[in-house]
Amino acid sequence: MWGCVRLSRLISLGLALAFAGAVTASVTRADSAPRRVVSINLCTDQLAMLLAAPGQLVSVSDLAADPHSSAMADTARAYPVNQGRAEEVYLLAPDLVVAGAYTDPATVQMLRRVGLRVEQFDTAKSLTDTRDRIAQMARVLGREEEGAALIAKFDADLAVLETKAGTRPRAALYHPNGYTLGGGTLADDILRAAGFRNLAAELGHRGGGTLPLEQLVMAAPDLLISAAPLPGASRSEAVLGHPALDALRKGRAGLRITSPDWICGTPHVLNAVERLTEARRAMPEGGQ
Amino acid sequence: MSRLALALSALVAVLFAASLTTGPSNTSTLSDLSALLLGGDGPLPLVMREIRLPRALLGLMIGASLGLAGAAMQGYLRNPLAEPGLIGVSGSAALGAVLAIHTGLAAVFTLGLPLAALAGAGTGVLLVLMLAGPRGASITLILAGIAISALAAALTSLVLNLSPNPYAASEIVFWMMGSLADRSMTHVWLALPLMLVGWVGLATLGRGLDALTLGEDAAEAMGIRLTRLRLTLVVGTACVVGAATAVAGAIGFVGLVVPHLLRPLVGARPSRLLWASALGGAAMVLAADLAVRLVLPERDLKLGVLTALVGAPLFLHLIYKTRAEMT
Repeated sequence: MWGCVRLSRLISLGLALAFAGAVTASVTRADSAPRRVVSINLCTDQLAMLLAAPGQLVSVSDLAADPHSSAMADTARAYPVNQGRAEEVYLLAPDLVVAGAYTDPATVQMLRRVGLRVEQFDTAKSLTDTRDRIAQMARVLGREEEGAALIAKFDADLAVLETKAGTRPRAALYHPNGYTLGGGTLADDILRAAGFRNLAAELGHRGGGTLPLEQLVMAAPDLLISAAPLPGASRSEAVLGHPALDALRKGRAGLRITSPDWICGTPHVLNAVERLTEARRAMPEGGQ
Repeated sequence: MSRLALALSALVAVLFAASLTTGPSNTSTLSDLSALLLGGDGPLPLVMREIRLPRALLGLMIGASLGLAGAAMQGYLRNPLAEPGLIGVSGSAALGAVLAIHTGLAAVFTLGLPLAALAGAGTGVLLVLMLAGPRGASITLILAGIAISALAAALTSLVLNLSPNPYAASEIVFWMMGSLADRSMTHVWLALPLMLVGWVGLATLGRGLDALTLGEDAAEAMGIRLTRLRLTLVVGTACVVGAATAVAGAIGFVGLVVPHLLRPLVGARPSRLLWASALGGAAMVLAADLAVRLVLPERDLKLGVLTALVGAPLFLHLIYKTRAEMT
C-alpha cells in the first residue's frame, strides 16, 4: 500500500517534471510569443479565443460574452472580461494588447504611452479579409501552425458552401434606423457566397449607410434580412415594425434574423453563409 | 385678414402636396397622386399611403400644434419669448415619452405614450407659469425655461443611457431635435385625439387673450375668468405639445418664429394670431421636413437643426430688442 502510494507519487512527480520541461521547451522555442494577452475588441476577442494557447489569453472584452453580439459568448464566459479602459488593461499587466482599428484612439495611445505593445486589427470587409485576420492573429500570438490549420479548414468549408447559382435572388439587409450594408462589406460578401445579390449594393451603396424605407418597399427584395430585437425598447428598432414592412413581408419576401455570425471576420461567418444558403434553397423560385 | 388666411392656406396646401410627392424613389407627381387616391398594383400605393401620407399629415398636425401653442403662450404671458421648445415644455414632454417607452408603459397601453408625454408637457407648462408669474417677465421666464429644459434634457439622457438597449443612447438626438422619418399612420392615430382636444381648447382662448392685452384688471372687468383661461391654456398646450413630441421628438423655435413673423400681419391681435400661427406653423414644419429630405436625403438630418438655424438668430434679435426696451 505504502509502496504503491510512493510509486504513484514518483510517477506523478516524474510526469510533472516532464510536463514542465515540455512547457519550458515550447516557451524557449517561441520565445517572442506573448504570454499575457488582453483583447479589448469583440472581433479580436473571438480570433484570440480560437487561436491562443491555454493560459495565453488573460481577458476578453465584455461584448465577447454578450450573446447578442458575440458568436462565442459561451466560450467567453471562461475568461475574465474587461471594459476596454486603459487603466484596467494596464493593471492586467499584459505583454500584448489586441484591439480593433476603430478602438477609441485615446485608449490605444494611452496604452502605448505606458509602454504596452498594442496590435490593431482592421475590420474584415470580405471573406478573403477574414483569412488575413486569422493569419494576423496567429502571427502576433506566435501560433502560426494553429493559424494555418484554421485557414485551411476555413478554405475547405467555404469551398463546400460557396454557391455558383445561376439565378441569384435579391436580398436586402435592413437593420434598426434603416441601416444597411452595401458593397465592399463582409455582409455583402456573405450574401454573394450564399448565392444572393445585395439590393443595397445594386442601389449604389458602398459600405454601411441608411436605406430609405421607401426605396426598400419600392425595390421589393426576395428576402428581407433584419436583426433580432434586443432587450429594452428603442425607437431605432421600431421602424422594423412599420406597417409598410409588414405588408412587404406578407408578399414574397421572407424574414431572416441575422445573428452575431455576421459581425466579425472569423470562421463563424461560414455559419451565416450556411443559414442563408438554406434559406435560398427553401425559397420557391430562388433555389436551384 | 381673409386674404392672409387664403394665402397661408394655399401655402400649406402646396407644401403638403410637395411633401407627398418628395421621396427617394423617382416617380412622377401624377403617378404618386393617383397611387395615393386610387391605389393600384405594385408597391407605389403602399409607399404613398403608409410612408409618405403619414409623414405629410404629421408635419401638418405638429406644425399647427406648435404654432398654435406658441401664439397662445405669448398671448397669455404677453411676452414674445414664450415658446414651448425654449421654455422647456417640449423637453419635459420628451422626458415623459422616453419614460413611457423605456418603462414599457407604451407597449402595454396604446395611448400610454402620448398620455405620458402630455403629463410631462403639463408639468413643464405648470412649472413655467408658476416660476415666471402671471405677467411673465422676460428674465424670470427665460431663467425658468433654461432650468426646466436643462433638467428635462438631463433626465431624458439619463433614462436613455440606462436603457439595456444599445440603440437607446443614440436616440438622445432624436428626442432633442425631432424628426419625421419613417413614421407611420399608427403615429398619426396616436397623436390625433390629444391634438384635437388641445386645438379646440386653445382656439377658445381668442377672446380672453384679446381682453388680456388691456391688462388683467380690465380683462376681469370684461368678464374673463382668468383662472379658467389659465387652466385651458395649460391643458391645451400640454395636449398639443405632448402629442407632437411623443411621435416626433422636440422640435424647437416653430412657436417662436411663426407668431413673430405673423404678428404685424394680423394687427397684433392675439385671437387672429392663433389661427394664423397654426397655419404658419404647419407651413414651417412641412417646409423644414421637405428641406431635410432634399438637402441631405441619406443622413436623416433632424428637423430641429433647420428650425434652430432659422429660429436662433431671431431669438437673439428678440432678446436684444427686449434688453433695449428695459434700459
